[in-house]
Amino acid sequence: MPGPPPPRGRFPALPPGSVPGEASCLTFTPKATILDQRDLARAVNRIAHEIVERNKGAADVVLVGILTRGAVIAERLAERIEQIEGVRPPAGSIDIGLYRDDIGLREPQALAPTEVPPIDGKVVVLVDDVLYTGRSTRAALDALTDLGRPHAVQLAVLIDRGHRELPIRADYVGKNVPTRRTEEIAVRVAEIDGADEVLLGAEMPTVVEEAR
Amino acid sequence: MIRHLLSIRDLTPQQIERVLQTAAVFQAEGPRIVKKYPTLVGKTVVNLFYESSTRTRTSFELAAKRLSADVVNFAASGSAVEKGESLKDTAQTIEAMGVDAIVVRHRSSGAPHRLAGWVSANVINAGDGMHEHPTQALLDLYTIRQRFPSFDGLRVAIVGDVLHSRVARSNIWGLQMMGADVTIVAPRTLLPPRVETWGAEVTHDLDAVLPKADVVYLLRMQLERMQVGFVPSLREFSRLWGIDADRAAAMKEDAVIMHPGPMNRGVEITASAADLPRSVITAQVANGIAVRMALLYLMLGGPAAQQPPREAEHA
Repeated sequence: MPGPPPPRGRFPALPPGSVPGEASCLTFTPKATILDQRDLARAVNRIAHEIVERNKGAADVVLVGILTRGAVIAERLAERIEQIEGVRPPAGSIDIGLYRDDIGLREPQALAPTEVPPIDGKVVVLVDDVLYTGRSTRAALDALTDLGRPHAVQLAVLIDRGHRELPIRADYVGKNVPTRRTEEIAVRVAEIDGADEVLLGAEMPTVVEEAR
Repeated sequence: MIRHLLSIRDLTPQQIERVLQTAAVFQAEGPRIVKKYPTLVGKTVVNLFYESSTRTRTSFELAAKRLSADVVNFAASGSAVEKGESLKDTAQTIEAMGVDAIVVRHRSSGAPHRLAGWVSANVINAGDGMHEHPTQALLDLYTIRQRFPSFDGLRVAIVGDVLHSRVARSNIWGLQMMGADVTIVAPRTLLPPRVETWGAEVTHDLDAVLPKADVVYLLRMQLERMQVGFVPSLREFSRLWGIDADRAAAMKEDAVIMHPGPMNRGVEITASAADLPRSVITAQVANGIAVRMALLYLMLGGPAAQQPPREAEHA
């Protein structure tokens, strides 16, 4: 079988293995560090405590991370909750590529397998790295609906950068960061990017030449 | 991705890889209460079949429906084709109704190619005459990939009626593009002219090839396309180029038997060999849906091609 698909998401803009000439490559230029490694760990730690507090434990909690970096953060939350509660909540990952509302407006993205534990009757905490327009969250809610009927869905994000285009808000926020629309937030995690940090910067589009 | 899939050679090896990876995601889906994805809602796919088909048409229909596309099945019998309507007029009629993709099977080689020149919808070749069947090659590549870690140096024997087989052409070219080592095994009368230019080894001796092959791909004897005797008798063909339990036992331990279906049991494969664990024929069918979902997603999930038909290229 094909190996795991390359990490998908805006950063780094063109994942290895994507088809050149089909995707425009965005190069990220950082301006400022929003969270360093210790800040990021503290934010995850606090969110883990808040999840446990809000749900009076973690017995019914299932963490579902939106691929790619949301899934990494979901794993870390599961780890922290285990340290707090002594029980590790099930964690999974969800690919929202087939549920996006911009299908047909841009080239189809590479997909990754969705691996979600049973969610019927559970409290699902959706985990994403950045909450921006709310469109990814909308897609994830639709994807969850096709997988089962949770008792409740909560939303945890590492960064809320504003500019919502849908009536969606997060239940747990690592840090609120006021941004301009022209700016970009890069969440980097050690598992994928080699380091834990959140950067503010701008993206410059470039097109990769087709190599045949 | 590409606009039309007329030949497996319309795809680059990287694009084939992308189709296989996407198909793996569709197949890996766990327990779902809703089997459909909303991805292609509002798109219309027409299955335009001038030849009979069970698995290909059903497979395309299910694939499109699982992505929420609307599907219209059009069979030549029972349509205006029986009143003498030409392919071009039929295509333009369908086009006028506003469809996004046309999946076409036709008894004439090159018909999908002509069709692609007349319509602005995406055209997918679901088998044209003795020419190509690219989606069969994709699902076969996927089935092989499930069982072998790499195509590099994989030894694949393509056995039987190569002359009439569109599956053979697409598979041989697809396998070679991905790095496999293809051997064609057939009686001289069932080899196409200039087969030696295909870059595959050609032999008549199945028993010499069997112990070395990782994949033994049996082609269906296309009796409906044979007007004269290409082989003295089916019994003789079966004895020399058919797989029975004894021949299957001579294969490498992890080698697999493949067949595009429908099987002529007792001709290219005996019933007992077809039901062996090393036969992956039903897996091929099952994989067809995921592979075609991947293809439809990649071809129809992007911005709609606004180009006009490219008639000029074929004038």
